[in-house]
Amino acid sequence: MSGAWEIKGVRPLGGDPTTLYVEGGELVGERPAGAQSIDADGLIALPGLVDLHTHLREPGREDAETVATGTLAAALGGFTAVHAMANTDPVADVAGVVEQVWRLGEEAGHCEVRPVGAVTVGLAGKQLAELGAMADSAARVRVFSDDGKCVHDPLLMRRALEYVKAFDGVVAQHAQDPRLTENAQMNEGEWSGVLGLAGWPAVAEEAIIARDCLLAAHVGSRVHFCHVSTAGSVELVRWAKSKGWDVTAEVTPHHLFLTDDLVASYDPVFKVNPPLRTEADVTALREALADGTIDAVATDHAPHPLEDKETEWAAAAFGMTGLETALSVVAAAMVDTGLLDWAGVADRMSVRPAQIGRLPRHGQPLEPGSTANLVLVDPDVRWTVDPRITASRSRNTPFAGRELPARVIATFLRGRPTVLDGKPA
Amino acid sequence: MNRHLLSAADLSRDDALLVLDTAAEMDVALAGRSIKKLPTLRGRTVVNLFFEDSTRTRTSFEVAAKRLSADVINFAAKGSSVSKGESLKDTALTLEAMGSDGVVIRHSASGAPHRLAHWIRGSVVNAGDGTHEHPTQALLDAYTIRRRTGRVEGLNIAIVGDVLHSRVARSNVLLLSTLGAEVTVVAPPTLLPVGVHSWPCAVSYDLDAVLPKSDAVMMLRVQHERMTGGFFPTVREYSRRYGLDAIRMASLPEDSIVMHPGPMNRGVEIAAEVADSVRSTIVEQVANGVSVRMAVLYLLLGGAMDGAAE
Amino acid sequence: MAAAPGSNRPVTGDPSIARPVLDATDLARALTRISHEIVERNHGAQDVIVLGIPTRGVALARRLATLVGEIDGIQVPVGALDTTMYRDDLRLRGVRALEPTDIPAGGVDGKTVVLVDDVLFSGRTIRAALDALSDQGRPRAVQLAVLIDRGHRELPIRADYVGKNLPTSLTETVHVQLEEYDENDAVLLGPADLGRRTPPPARGEAAR
Repeated sequence: MSGAWEIKGVRPLGGDPTTLYVEGGELVGERPAGAQSIDADGLIALPGLVDLHTHLREPGREDAETVATGTLAAALGGFTAVHAMANTDPVADVAGVVEQVWRLGEEAGHCEVRPVGAVTVGLAGKQLAELGAMADSAARVRVFSDDGKCVHDPLLMRRALEYVKAFDGVVAQHAQDPRLTENAQMNEGEWSGVLGLAGWPAVAEEAIIARDCLLAAHVGSRVHFCHVSTAGSVELVRWAKSKGWDVTAEVTPHHLFLTDDLVASYDPVFKVNPPLRTEADVTALREALADGTIDAVATDHAPHPLEDKETEWAAAAFGMTGLETALSVVAAAMVDTGLLDWAGVADRMSVRPAQIGRLPRHGQPLEPGSTANLVLVDPDVRWTVDPRITASRSRNTPFAGRELPARVIATFLRGRPTVLDGKPA
Repeated sequence: MNRHLLSAADLSRDDALLVLDTAAEMDVALAGRSIKKLPTLRGRTVVNLFFEDSTRTRTSFEVAAKRLSADVINFAAKGSSVSKGESLKDTALTLEAMGSDGVVIRHSASGAPHRLAHWIRGSVVNAGDGTHEHPTQALLDAYTIRRRTGRVEGLNIAIVGDVLHSRVARSNVLLLSTLGAEVTVVAPPTLLPVGVHSWPCAVSYDLDAVLPKSDAVMMLRVQHERMTGGFFPTVREYSRRYGLDAIRMASLPEDSIVMHPGPMNRGVEIAAEVADSVRSTIVEQVANGVSVRMAVLYLLLGGAMDGAAE
Repeated sequence: MAAAPGSNRPVTGDPSIARPVLDATDLARALTRISHEIVERNHGAQDVIVLGIPTRGVALARRLATLVGEIDGIQVPVGALDTTMYRDDLRLRGVRALEPTDIPAGGVDGKTVVLVDDVLFSGRTIRAALDALSDQGRPRAVQLAVLIDRGHRELPIRADYVGKNLPTSLTETVHVQLEEYDENDAVLLGPADLGRRTPPPARGEAAR
């Protein structure tokens, strides 16, 4: 049912042109009989992208996004797997909810949905959720996060880090000291002072990262940091890695590209948690992604309906969409600047996130025997982001009107195209 | 000048001087007249859109608009607890449909006037937004300083108190520096924003060191919620270190003036005998507010509304 | 509003290709005659106050007040009356800067007010001045003195004292130059403002 494909003239990881063959959901060495042919001259093949951080909003906020719309947006953005964050309503803190989300993903069929389980019941930070039950469920949860909220209690965090070792899980920490960020609206710095918006200091993120690195080292667990946004966070992760601790980190496309001066418009499309930071932070994040200190790009795709964004700044919801622009933003921030080549993009957007999320069938080499999860990218086309044209149910992209490089032409999920000619297949 | 007055930063030096000069002409035009009314804005509609209670500012704008013969609608959108900003947009669209030419907005959220300006065609005047700005207050303060001392340029002006949360301080630092004054903000370090050193002003933690060279001292109100917010140990300690009492006032140069945007906490940031002294401009500030707001309304609404400004 | 004109408003059009209508001597003679007419008409200058309409009307008012005072041997109160906020064409163009209004001590109540302007054209400025004046009080009488009456009235208004009647075409421009603002005293008649891209200002006592 997945069909047979011949992808001609494609450049795997941006290398020399060749032909890839797909049959039975895998990459194969020879042209399968009856293969449909795709002229991929000039296109680059990457392993299907893996997002460690996606808000699909279902169940609970289907007005913002559903599993079906969110995963279609993901496929159009070149993703073959997304990790659906737990802050739904009801919260994904029991096996029933994660299985429901996983099943909705299977039914939609646009990409693999790996639910993230909540660390604590109701994201309340008081009591561990049934992490083992979620790990053992059909959804096979391996990443646990209270994203949106920080697991602030150090003892609870220690227990979570320890407990998930039993099933090779990882806690993905949303590093934000709650007291230092009460009512915080934007990065604390020159702009917050000028704009009269309550500041969100870098130290609120860095203090938690430092603490959790030490905790993870102490109990011999791995820990993952969601959306690191400051130069100081980068330094801490670099320090922890230099100690040989099992620490990983992700950065969002928007933190690689946008800065806090955009808030001067008071347009809440730029309101996000963690907040947009300074030029110096952007530079540090790019360098860290290039040298591998930051392991992965994760979108933190956070769709919101119009009425939650067309407001005064303080009343608006935090978050930006990102699935359909992620690869292009990374191309602009990292490839066009010479910081990463396409092999590097594949590593940071597919190979390493698949390892962190324990997804064996993703992020594989583009060679016979691998599962045919792959994406074809036109690196030379430039396009202008139009928020009205989106598969996501929401339009809150901060890149509206910007011209970006590179476009996803086709996405294959287990040998079956989910996107062809840049459109849903 | 821009179509809107959202921030004191919108005003160039020439713009600011034009507002002050126009306010002076407004004063002269109405001085000693029995009919305190000009026909200038006849047929224009000005909406006072106040999401926060502020009788003093709303009344000042209302009197200003009425003296220029504008129709005034007071839209008391009370509810700083409006959690969904949707209502701000809906309100904006309602005002638009009613044909308002100008909207004077007071809102608890910084930047709310900027959003409003995005949604409506008429002019928007920021009458105080959250902890951001209050540009007409700065204009009336500059006007008051100029009337008392004859100039703003070259004066040393101290702004004392909760700079972190003060829209009055932000607008005054911008405007007074644009007009050539040397501004110093004075506050405990907890009440200064991170990044204040990039502002066009000097920064001091020591009121006693600043007063002897200050031509004007602007005392900021200490909001009640700050008194318990851990920004300083006790109100008494704040008052002792940053309050202006008669003894401190005596260290001011002879012709210095003492200002306060009101409403005052007598005995906290300003002692009663200071507030009532001859140096105090507090009552004049209120009167000057009307003239300055007339000037702003005239300059924003008095000409063609299609942006065909010269 | 940054570009709103101040009292140093440039003379529009190009006076260098304009034709002289009055030279300095003619202008002085016209003012002298008007001052005599004011004294004669009012049986002296008691209770007369002279109010100029900015910009050039104010300078003419000062000269007239001095001349009238010399004739009658008294000090004639003189001031300025800005009409900007009373104009009927405020909305037709960008906002204008205000000019000073200066009502002499004692006010206008019961006085004979002589309004002075440089050029009488449509009459709209004088209409605005009458409204502005009535908000200042209730004069016993209001009279109008102009240096040039160029015709083309749009309102039922006429001058009581005219320096010179100057038939003009609507496409022509009258330039009044006074020492107080310009290099010398002169009145020039020029062609339309060839160099202007925007419509000529309805105000513009200096050029109309």
